[in-house]
Amino acid sequence: MAKIRGSIVVNIDRCKGCEVCMVSCPTGTIAMAKEVNHKGYFYAFPANPDLCIGCASCAMVCPDGVITVYKTKI
Amino acid sequence: MAEVTGIKEIIKPENLVYKKTKLMTDKVLSYCPGCGHGTAHRILAEIIDEEGLQSETIGICPVGCSVLLYEFIDIDWQEAAHGRAPALATAIKRLLPEKFVFTYQGDGDLAAIGTAETIHACNRGENILIIFINNGIYGMTGGQMAPTTLPGMRSSTSPYGRDVKIMGNPLKMTDIVATLLGTYYVTRQSVHTPANVKKTKKAMRKAVQYQKLNKGTCFIEIVSNCPSNWKMTPVQSNKWMEENMFPYYPLGDLKIPAEQITQKTSNSEKND
Ligand SMILES: Cc1ncc(C[n+]2csc(CCOP(=O)(O)OP(=O)(O)O)c2C)c(N)n1
Ligand code: SF4
Ligand code: SF4
Repeated sequence: MAKIRGSIVVNIDRCKGCEVCMVSCPTGTIAMAKEVNHKGYFYAFPANPDLCIGCASCAMVCPDGVITVYKTKI
Repeated sequence: MAEVTGIKEIIKPENLVYKKTKLMTDKVLSYCPGCGHGTAHRILAEIIDEEGLQSETIGICPVGCSVLLYEFIDIDWQEAAHGRAPALATAIKRLLPEKFVFTYQGDGDLAAIGTAETIHACNRGENILIIFINNGIYGMTGGQMAPTTLPGMRSSTSPYGRDVKIMGNPLKMTDIVATLLGTYYVTRQSVHTPANVKKTKKAMRKAVQYQKLNKGTCFIEIVSNCPSNWKMTPVQSNKWMEENMFPYYPLGDLKIPAEQITQKTSNSEKND
């Protein structure tokens, strides 16, 4: 059976580290980085990229429009 | 642009499912981390884009944290004096009736200094859309109490919590305008979860389409957060909002067009 796989792109410079995407991700793909961006925010990143299903939940709730989402069937 | 990505092989144009709309400019939003204003802007921009209304839309900016909204969405704008957006929208819509005209206002703007403008524009049934961001506080000026501040809620001007005996009860503006004959569609939504974002987007699309009918004012309240002045993390503030704001400001439609009600009843009759 075809499996849905997703992938996100996070624009690090624009992330404000609010964590709203992280708690909205149903699969636990996203975590906050241990280092900060140039503005001093711990930015979001796909810590478990294999878990992403491309549902775009993170992108929908990101107040700063930082996340782009891709999805495909494998 | 510095970026981090998931699985590289999936990142191809044909697999794209979500990208920030081009109607959002490249300006960095002036909001605090996790503030619902940004999400509300993006939904609005997406709807204007998807409905093909970029050159047909005139927005009215408020005074408040979203005072710079004209920097963030690439459409025509006018800036109103504090609370006066519905009056300005009235003038613009009457002069240019073919345009889609909306206001975007906070609760200090719409429900305090602008109460009269809001109520009278809705009562006259101006053919505009009013978007009302209710975070229960004056965000921009340092978290003073607003008419919408919850009973017992602390703010910089109610440090011991809002005492309703002295300060009155929170004003439910959306409930008030729903009773006016001039309003056509009145709803209360939020933008803090993916499901709520979808519902708000649906409501906004409906409102934009209803505006074309010229049947009265559409009014969308978005119950939102102000993590900075509520003194919480963004995630905590969204939880606090669900637990405290939603019981007082329940989400859902307060007024839907008569045509829709008839449609709904005939549908349910069919289902019976
Ligand atoms: C005539 C006038 N009175 C007062 C102010 C000060 N002022 C600026 S923003 C604001 C309140 C904004 O609060 P709200 O509308 O809730 O928006 P938020 O900042 O929370 O998004 C006030 C009182 C002003 N700019 N002009
Ligand atoms: S929701 Fe957006 S701004 Fe907030 S942490 Fe996630 S990517 Fe960053
Ligand atoms: S002060 Fe409140 S309303 Fe204003 S940008 Fe910050 S979080 Fe948003």
